Amino acid sequence: MDYTKLSILEVAKLLREKKVTSEELTKQVLENIKQKENLHALNFVCEEYALNKAKEVDKLFSENKELPLLAGIPITIKDNINIKGLKTTCSSKFLSNFVAPYSATIIENLEKNYAVIVGKNNMDEFAMGSSTENSAFFTTPNPHNTEYVSGGSSGGSACAVAANLGFASVGTDTGGSVRQPASLCGVVGLKPTYGLVSRYGIVAFASSLDQAGPLTKTVKDSALMLNVLSGYDEKEETSSKHIKEDYMQSFKGNVKGIKIGIVKEFFGEGLNEEVKNAILKVKDFYESKGAEIVELSMPFVLSALACYYVLSSAEAASNLSRFDGVKYGVSVSDAKNINDLYLKNRSQGFGKEVKRRIMLGNYVLSSGYYDAYYKKAKKVQRKLVEEFNEVFEKCDVLLTPTSPSTAFKIGEKSNNPLSMYLSDVYTVPVNIAELPAISVPCGVDSKGLPIGMQLIGKKFSEKTLFNVADVYDSSREEK
Amino acid sequence: MKYDTVIGLEVHCELKTQTKCFCGCKNNFGDQPNSNCCPVCLGFPGALPVLNQKAVEYAIMAGLAFNCSINNNTVFERKNYFYPDLSKAYQISQLEKPLCVNGYVEINVNGKTKKIRLNRIHLEEDAGKLIHDGIGGTVVDYNRGGVPLIEIVTEPDITSAEEAVAFLETLKNTIAYTGISDVKMEEGSLRCDVNLSVKPAGSEVLGTRTEMKNLNSFKAVYRAINYEQKRQIEEIEDGHKIIQETLRWDDSIGETKSMRSKEDSQDYRYFPDPDLLPVYISDEEINKIKSKLPKLPTELKAEYVGYGLSDYDASLLTESKEISDYFNEVLEKVNQPKLVANFIINETLRKLKEEENKIEANRMAELLILINNNEISTTAGKQVFEEMWKTGKDAKTLVEELGLKQLNNDDEIKKLVLDAISNFPQSVADYKSGKTSAIGFLVGQVMKNSKGKANPQKVNEMLKAELEK
Repeated sequence: MDYTKLSILEVAKLLREKKVTSEELTKQVLENIKQKENLHALNFVCEEYALNKAKEVDKLFSENKELPLLAGIPITIKDNINIKGLKTTCSSKFLSNFVAPYSATIIENLEKNYAVIVGKNNMDEFAMGSSTENSAFFTTPNPHNTEYVSGGSSGGSACAVAANLGFASVGTDTGGSVRQPASLCGVVGLKPTYGLVSRYGIVAFASSLDQAGPLTKTVKDSALMLNVLSGYDEKEETSSKHIKEDYMQSFKGNVKGIKIGIVKEFFGEGLNEEVKNAILKVKDFYESKGAEIVELSMPFVLSALACYYVLSSAEAASNLSRFDGVKYGVSVSDAKNINDLYLKNRSQGFGKEVKRRIMLGNYVLSSGYYDAYYKKAKKVQRKLVEEFNEVFEKCDVLLTPTSPSTAFKIGEKSNNPLSMYLSDVYTVPVNIAELPAISVPCGVDSKGLPIGMQLIGKKFSEKTLFNVADVYDSSREEK
Repeated sequence: MKYDTVIGLEVHCELKTQTKCFCGCKNNFGDQPNSNCCPVCLGFPGALPVLNQKAVEYAIMAGLAFNCSINNNTVFERKNYFYPDLSKAYQISQLEKPLCVNGYVEINVNGKTKKIRLNRIHLEEDAGKLIHDGIGGTVVDYNRGGVPLIEIVTEPDITSAEEAVAFLETLKNTIAYTGISDVKMEEGSLRCDVNLSVKPAGSEVLGTRTEMKNLNSFKAVYRAINYEQKRQIEEIEDGHKIIQETLRWDDSIGETKSMRSKEDSQDYRYFPDPDLLPVYISDEEINKIKSKLPKLPTELKAEYVGYGLSDYDASLLTESKEISDYFNEVLEKVNQPKLVANFIINETLRKLKEEENKIEANRMAELLILINNNEISTTAGKQVFEEMWKTGKDAKTLVEELGLKQLNNDDEIKKLVLDAISNFPQSVADYKSGKTSAIGFLVGQVMKNSKGKANPQKVNEMLKAELEK
């Protein structure tokens, strides 16, 4: 039997009933990865590491030890998250030889829960992009149709989960990098409240916006993963001291009394008709289940995109300055002096999009432009937070499309950065306002490509999000 | 034409915290290179800084010691530039909201006091250390990278090399009293840059300034200022313009060399560090830190003057924490401020110019108690002090060994007095004819014959009594 199509909760049950072993699951996943090598969902596989872990977990199961739900489950990790002793490349030439000397806090959390990590996912270089076409190694196509993109930057993660190359993946979401590829590949993607999941050991893109989150097959699996990933980390100042919640307790099975906001700006120009109709169908579904629909407006919400490109690029330019080749990373041997070393290492190590963001970021921070761009973007950010606060006085969650369209063709937008940036127009406001949001599959378009809906909640309202999302997700499974 | 010199200083001072400013690595000078490093201070991908609260406390202590107001809300910013000793390619520093603002340091030059205003004191991290290995390569020691540092910036209130050095001496001494830093210029825990310009005497308009770096001693600061003000005046007299530039002081040849001009100056692209939260410090916390602040030299000096010491003596005793601590400790056991002060100033300080203090406070107190109880004379005390320093023996043993116990026996003193009177009739006659100063000679003779042991007060009294019979 092929177990790899099941959800985490389903195989966790089988593991406990001794109907399957972690080793068998891991071998099946490794076999799938070999079969689907053309998807380039992974930068590398750590077969030995995974099998050893699986055997270790099987031994514990055979001793009838009570283990966490994630124990023995093969998963993959985006390649910008440090695992001690393994490479962290960020799909960049610059870090192609970098072996992490320490593990991220979330990796320690996963290891404490006996998860079996089988490999690291391809991504847009340094998480900058919406299609994985910016990977220095290869493009990860959409598993539903390989002529199309998988989305990004966590395209490798979304593709891996959709193609059964692991039961879940952990990605990072700075402006939609978990949700948009999840939407394009037809899986569930969660961006938690800023600060809920530790950033320590995750290669920073934009520190004030970065947040790791799970990509899973179901909403319940997403909650299970968040239980493992979340928690205060004293190694990070911005880590939230929010009380540790049990997200598996989110599910009430109904949306009675829940107020769902429909913000008209998320349904305006640029939104694909098929996507729009799919989301409106979801709205009807919720209404039929007893939720109250509230029509709302957020006049400034779409200016988040401009604000995002100023703030994220500014932070990225500074964060990526450490990649000079002096201490680690790929370094040339023919540098004439220190400036030449910087110039050559950075010119040769970074791809086009990364350079674009570095230049943009340094520009908005430079003297004479700082007030006009960086400071202004900070002001816009405060305005957006106010707008979200206002609408959340009138509703519990917002229902929006995750991305304005389904997956686009490989190469279609790679020469038009602006149109590429627009595919994140609905996800970016969430990061700017530090909110949680989840993308859940809600049908396919006429080409058979997945459509995703996004639910946005108040800060730390993940439980509400999981419940509302699950009511739809569970009904979808039943269909 | 006459010129005024305008000087502002930027002083960097490393804080003596146990661990670095943003990670748990040891903050220890002189360890094996790159032994006190971790992913955070090496700027490895994914590593994040966490602020050391002790560093904040120390920086606030500095602010309070120099009369600054402490900002309740302070923010850390990134100062972005590429250099191999800066592992993240940005330094965590403060620009818009520094911890401490608007202080002053009171200095004393040629008997006049003057207030040098401070613009700010902010907290930042130090960079690593580049070591040029001499074979043509350069290596980096990141042990110093991430060590907490305060930058003290003055207003342009200093007008001469003398004032600059007086400022630095006062600053260094005061910081040493707070205990927040080693303030050792030779180890780099105290560093100073000088901004200097000249203008026609009395003019309101400031001249173009230059910044001098690589000043590794107070003497270098003194020499560099005198050199640079002369150079600038000569340039102007020759009809040249001063170029705004950064200069490097070469102490071996006594000249400044251009490092970079303003056109080459960097745009540091400061912005608030998104990895660090804004820091809020309540007035309550500030008061708590204030209560922990040890007595500073100005306070101690006032206290000593209150004991009846002269202003000058009080200054000498507060020139270093080592001395005032010593004075206080001895004073606690021998409650005679003048006696203790005189002995420490005349004997200990003289010795300290050449070597470390060899007599612990409690042993010094034993000696001074003997003097205070008239068991030995002050003169004998000085002899005992010398022997204590040389041999390490204690005062009582030495008094026995050297037979210096003071002669207080009236009969014995009387015998010596009568001897002197009969041996020097001329002096006696002089005294009786009204030259009372002649008594001094007779006292001297008695002291001499007692080998300095006779109680001089008693000798004096008895001589007078006999002469006036």
